Amino acid sequence: MKKTMRAPIAVAIAIAVGLVVLAGYFIPWTPLQNIQTVLLSWGVILVGVATLVGITNLVIVHIKKVGDKKAPDRYSILLLVVFAITLGAGLWLTPGDSGFQHVVTSIQTPIETSLLAILTVTLAFAALRMLQRRKGWTSVLFVVSVIVFLIISGGLVISYESMPFVGGLITFIRQIPVAGARGILLGIALGSVLTGLRILMGADRPYSG
Amino acid sequence: MIGIEDVLGIALVLVAGLLLLALGIPGWKPRHLTLRSIPAFVRLWKSISLTIEDGKRVHLTLGNSSLLKATNASALVGMSSLERIAQLSIASDSPPLATSGEGSLTILSQDSLRYIYRRANSLRQFDMTSGRLTGVTPYSYAVGTMPVIYDGNVSTNILIGNYGPEVIYINEAAERKGIYTLATSDSLSAQAVLYAAAMDPLIGEELFAVPAYMKFNRYHEASLHTQDVLRWILVAALLGGVAYVLLQQLVGITFR
Repeated sequence: MKKTMRAPIAVAIAIAVGLVVLAGYFIPWTPLQNIQTVLLSWGVILVGVATLVGITNLVIVHIKKVGDKKAPDRYSILLLVVFAITLGAGLWLTPGDSGFQHVVTSIQTPIETSLLAILTVTLAFAALRMLQRRKGWTSVLFVVSVIVFLIISGGLVISYESMPFVGGLITFIRQIPVAGARGILLGIALGSVLTGLRILMGADRPYSG
Repeated sequence: MIGIEDVLGIALVLVAGLLLLALGIPGWKPRHLTLRSIPAFVRLWKSISLTIEDGKRVHLTLGNSSLLKATNASALVGMSSLERIAQLSIASDSPPLATSGEGSLTILSQDSLRYIYRRANSLRQFDMTSGRLTGVTPYSYAVGTMPVIYDGNVSTNILIGNYGPEVIYINEAAERKGIYTLATSDSLSAQAVLYAAAMDPLIGEELFAVPAYMKFNRYHEASLHTQDVLRWILVAALLGGVAYVLLQQLVGITFR
């Protein structure tokens, strides 16, 4: 494989911008923070443009799927038609129009709520499958903790919370997931710092330049 | 005026940066610093190798976090993994497939894939639709990714990014087709769901180990060792804090 150096100017710009934005968080110097605000505003605009490019990519993928001679995708036709109607109506009425918003949310909200409902069943099924697949103490602990926290969070033990020892025990059990979550989040925060540093050092470049 | 949090933040960044540089220098890494064996990565390597041999595709989905959010680190880890997978499967007939729920991630994934093909002098093999946006809301993204797994000649499925509990739909699509899945996320709700549902879930900071175990470059391994050192410092600080609070309550000692 031929070794090519990634564009050094793009790398230099990325590192410089990253350093300025990072310094802006720690050093309360107004000119630096002004530059940071401008750079972040540019970032917001670029992300907006990237979304438009991404949606164009989505449309191209579905046009290709419709045009596939072996097995044209019927659902892609539906997607393209609905996309065209939504885009046309959005451009004609503007996205801020209350009628347009009402129609879009009336379709989107029930669909997403239904998906959320299916999620519950799928999760229960996945938990059962896990018991079959991973036979060990961790799976048993997982199921036991699900049952314990369902009972505690479901309000079944409210009447026992005033009792001297049991009340303290229930409060302690409620704190366990919080402690665990904090531990996981601390590990993720450290990993995120190092991922950012690798990019600032140019050791990791998620762009070709 | 710079506060104590700012000073601590700068100190953390400097210490982490220096450690990363030192451990990343070839020959500087102490011999006893090695990566522990994680069975999930052994299975991942095997699955990727079989996929490439069979002329099938590796699918990697990068989540739906914006690059402007603090949760983008997981997607960046996914991006490094995508680049490595593309390097590995360059000789294969089928290029890897990257999906995401955010426009900027789609562009970056296309760019990363194109870079690998350009570097290998096979830019003609590159297909712009190898990096796809499948939806712009969490649910549309998850549901939009399912047909990619069903129809995309996929044989290895990798989930690295920021998701909500809806990630289970992507996982279930792979389960139905009997496709190997390695899944990890920085989101707690997604981790909980993936722990129960995925074939090989990675929990917590194991997420950041993916590029290192895929032998992307030496800085990823250095990054893992730096993470370990910082974790011990953090554990010591937390224990110190607990001891201080206990002393305060038991003996009434306060340090000013």
